[in-house]
Amino acid sequence: MAARRRLVSALLVFLCASSVFSGAESQEATLTGGHRAAAVDDPPTDTERAEQAAEQPAVEERRWEATEVEEATPDEAAGEKQDTSAPGTAAPSSAPQPKDDFQEELVVRPLHSGDIYASFQFRTLWETDFTRENKVSHYRLFPKSLGQVISKFSVRELHISFTQGYWRTMQWGQPFLPSPPGAELWVWFQDSVTDVDGTWKELTNVLSGIFCASLNFIDSTNTVQPSASFKPLGIGNEATDHRFLRYATLPREIVCTENLTPWKKLLPCGSKAGLAVLLKSEKLFHSSFHSQAVHIRPVCEDRQCKTTSWELRQTLNVVFDLYTSGQGKREWSLFKMFSRTLTEACPLASSSKIYIDVTDNPQGEQFELSPATALLSQAVVLGDRRTFSVYDLTQQITFGSVRSLNLLIRWKSTEGDMLRPLLHAERYVAGYGLQTGEIHTLMYNNHPYRSFPVLLLDSVPWYLRLYIHTLTVTSKGKDNKPSYIHYQPSKDRLRPHLLEMLVQLPPNSVTEVTVQFERALLKWTEYTPDPNHGFYVGSSVISSLVPSIVAMDTNSTLKRPLFSSFFPCKEESSFFVRIYTEPLLVNLPTPDFSMPYNVICLTCTVVAVGYGSLYNLLTRSFQIEEPSPGLAKRIANIIRKMRGVPPL
Amino acid sequence: VCFSARSMATTAYLLSITENVKYYLLIFLVTPFALIKKKQKQKKQTRALPVKMAAPLTLLLLVAVTVRAALFRSCLTELIAERVEVVSPLTAWKRGKGAPATPLIIYLFHFLVDYAEVTFMLADVITAVALYMAVADYNKQVFRKQKYALEADRYPLDCLELIRSPKEMYYIPLKVAMFYLLNPFTILCCVAKSTCGLNNAIIALFILTTIKGSVLLSAIFLSLATYQSIYPLTLCAPALLYLMQRQYIPVNFRRFSFWWFIAQYAFMYLGSLFVLVCLSFFLLGSWDYLPSVYGFILSVPDLTPNIGLFWYFFAEMFEHFRLFFLCVFQINVFFYTIPLSVKLKEHPVFLIFMQLAVISIFKSYPTVGDIALYMAFIPVWNHLHRFLRNIFLVSCVLLACSALFPVLWHLWIYAGSANSNFYYAITLLFNVAQILLVSDYFYAFLRREHHLTYGLYLKRKDGSEATLVLK
Repeated sequence: MAARRRLVSALLVFLCASSVFSGAESQEATLTGGHRAAAVDDPPTDTERAEQAAEQPAVEERRWEATEVEEATPDEAAGEKQDTSAPGTAAPSSAPQPKDDFQEELVVRPLHSGDIYASFQFRTLWETDFTRENKVSHYRLFPKSLGQVISKFSVRELHISFTQGYWRTMQWGQPFLPSPPGAELWVWFQDSVTDVDGTWKELTNVLSGIFCASLNFIDSTNTVQPSASFKPLGIGNEATDHRFLRYATLPREIVCTENLTPWKKLLPCGSKAGLAVLLKSEKLFHSSFHSQAVHIRPVCEDRQCKTTSWELRQTLNVVFDLYTSGQGKREWSLFKMFSRTLTEACPLASSSKIYIDVTDNPQGEQFELSPATALLSQAVVLGDRRTFSVYDLTQQITFGSVRSLNLLIRWKSTEGDMLRPLLHAERYVAGYGLQTGEIHTLMYNNHPYRSFPVLLLDSVPWYLRLYIHTLTVTSKGKDNKPSYIHYQPSKDRLRPHLLEMLVQLPPNSVTEVTVQFERALLKWTEYTPDPNHGFYVGSSVISSLVPSIVAMDTNSTLKRPLFSSFFPCKEESSFFVRIYTEPLLVNLPTPDFSMPYNVICLTCTVVAVGYGSLYNLLTRSFQIEEPSPGLAKRIANIIRKMRGVPPL
Repeated sequence: VCFSARSMATTAYLLSITENVKYYLLIFLVTPFALIKKKQKQKKQTRALPVKMAAPLTLLLLVAVTVRAALFRSCLTELIAERVEVVSPLTAWKRGKGAPATPLIIYLFHFLVDYAEVTFMLADVITAVALYMAVADYNKQVFRKQKYALEADRYPLDCLELIRSPKEMYYIPLKVAMFYLLNPFTILCCVAKSTCGLNNAIIALFILTTIKGSVLLSAIFLSLATYQSIYPLTLCAPALLYLMQRQYIPVNFRRFSFWWFIAQYAFMYLGSLFVLVCLSFFLLGSWDYLPSVYGFILSVPDLTPNIGLFWYFFAEMFEHFRLFFLCVFQINVFFYTIPLSVKLKEHPVFLIFMQLAVISIFKSYPTVGDIALYMAFIPVWNHLHRFLRNIFLVSCVLLACSALFPVLWHLWIYAGSANSNFYYAITLLFNVAQILLVSDYFYAFLRREHHLTYGLYLKRKDGSEATLVLK
């Protein structure tokens, strides 16, 4: 407590010195305002601006560093506690400390539409090597099931997401971690894998078991190897051969409790402590959007990348539609959203924080946040500098006297500017009837003066036969020729169409990509049990480097909030965005499922008519028809024959 | 008599066509004997025939090209190119690179893509002219054979009315060209840019070269046709029979000359096929096209509706019987070759007609273009019309089905008020009608042959008028 008080006073001194503040919380709001003004109004030299930009995070950094110094002891204590509480582990003195680390955080962003976006991120870092000869056998924080998957299948990177609902970019802005509706899985294998397809098949089946999902339906008909869209996010993402990449989506996959439970079990604290206690399925699935993901990748520990470690990032994003469910009152709290309040951080976590996005609420005119926190943080995320109120769950003071934290936001005004994301996209099927159709993909560049390139990836099932020569790309009424097109035609019942292209989006424009297709008639056993519901076509993936308003942080090893550190950033002037369009639902012509026998019989009859008539003509010859004698005459003839008399 | 006939004949050719025909009829009916005497003269005249017919043929070609050009410019092109009756997955122009087309066709259109319309019109014109010349030549030979038979008194006396006269045969080549060029099926096929038109052109050239007696060219065109779509392989039987007939090689398994000729033809056929296959390999650099084209034809993976029997049958087939029925259906096309060749040993051109019809009925991806090719031969069998039993019914069914195809397709695909069974029912009926048509012609052909041997007015033992039955 004393350390904390010291810290706060030090902060106050600094704030006074910066002559923007005199101390209290209400003035903190002007901090951001003032700095914004400085950033916008002042035309100082670039270096000055850079200094300023660097200065501001430095403040936060200092506070965080201080916090972390302070935390250092409890963390070690926690580690020791863990060791003593688990007597089965080797003596801590002889065995090297497992260099692993667990962080958890929750970001809450009130959306202008009145919805609430909550994003959980849990990160486990482990400095180990899954690929070495003797298998890793001692697991502490890292889930053993995933560790074994990595070493058995020589996985270099694994990204899997399960999503229910569609992220509405136009209303909600960009998510921290994008994901398409349904299930998405993409994996980079090590270069040592010889039979990538076989390994992929096994891996999907194993993951299907781990996550209780229908990932076993991933086969060659929905797997593609994108050539450019999915680069590895971890280390060594330069020289890559896309033969080792597999990407598949199952747009029809329905995500529910049975996927959430195994996902929660991968967390070091399970759902017993920390932020994960909020993850109650009855509330999470009563939402507009739900997405849970697991990302595994190797990352650098330091700037020179001397030591690498494996990062397991579990994320869960959820959008609550509290405005409609709250009977007209725009008010939410942790309890209202998750039917739980927080009482403690996960004891194994080195950091456990809640961030509330207050960027649009500098004066507190939009909403009121309680309990109030003195801690503010800024982070550059998605090309924008955002301000967050921070609640550190490792501090007992956060929970107050009631020993429980129930954040509450009460809205004051109902109006708000609509977020206009720089890049968004939509897709639909045009045309009528069950013979042909046309896929339209619209990509919006809302940047007023900058054009930027986007990579569009389309994976279309084989039963929509694309007429690739009808592909048109138009922006502003003019033909926009893509600078790179990678098209892999489909093979019936073997592989889907893969279309990747690099398109330059002019500033403030809509680019439309259209391609015609023909709907195939399938075998009756290939239809789903509800064939007239239609067939899903996975989302288009649009990956782009969007011009950033503020300088992005290119040092990925710096301590940053988790939500802002997922996509590696190469240059300061742009940031990486991946957006997914809507999946398509396409109807196919259907045969009559009730009459296979009838069809087989009728067609065979026609063939038999052909055979019979030709056989008749081929084998018989023309003869004069003699009138056949009557029955009586024939009997008489038989008798006469027996008698040996010539017939009549 | 002989003298007058000769002079009349010479003047006849200078007169108008109708008069010419009248005179011919006169000559023919008055004395078959005159014909024999006029042998050399006749030869000259028949050779002059195509020259004299060139004007109407040119007119026909002009009309056909105009119709096609007008349709290419109209808004109907898109609509026609989407019709499943007109284009199959194998022949669809619209599918572009995705279509399982043979490498040579792809290579050809690599150059001709801007002249596609002209190419398809040219293909139709080539087909029509080739059929015209082939049929003209064939008729000449038929006529000559008939003459020899008459000379040898081989026909029964009451068969005179079965004897074909130059009058009826005169227009047949033109009618064949017209049946092909002005057949709505062919026009649709051309406007839809279905590669079926090109296949037809190759087959027509094969027929022409065979009838002209060029063994090498016949083998080359046959291998081209086979390369395009396996099924024309069955046409090698009529080709061999015809060429051997022409070279007076007896069809006798114990004769060396018979086997020697077959070996020669097979060598030329396989040689050119080998060249084509290797050429494709060098164009593409891989053998992938073999399974993707021929595997596609044989294993029927694409079940897009068409006018054939395969699509719905294999859409509704139980998976574990699929291979069995696939074999049964594919063998069905090749199955009739040998029995038909035995039966029609003396009549290879009729055998070609039968084979083309069998192919177009039982092939895996038939289109109306295939039907148009064998229907072009119908005028050649004009003389069989008196023996056809149910031509009226069959042609009504064919017409009604052709009209109902688009209607039921619309009801199923667009209106949603019918289902696939409706369209399927029409394809069944259409195929039954085709089968009846072909077997009817076959019946009529056999019956005429029977009459030419045994006389037209057959009597029972008791002297009453007899009816012929197949036994």
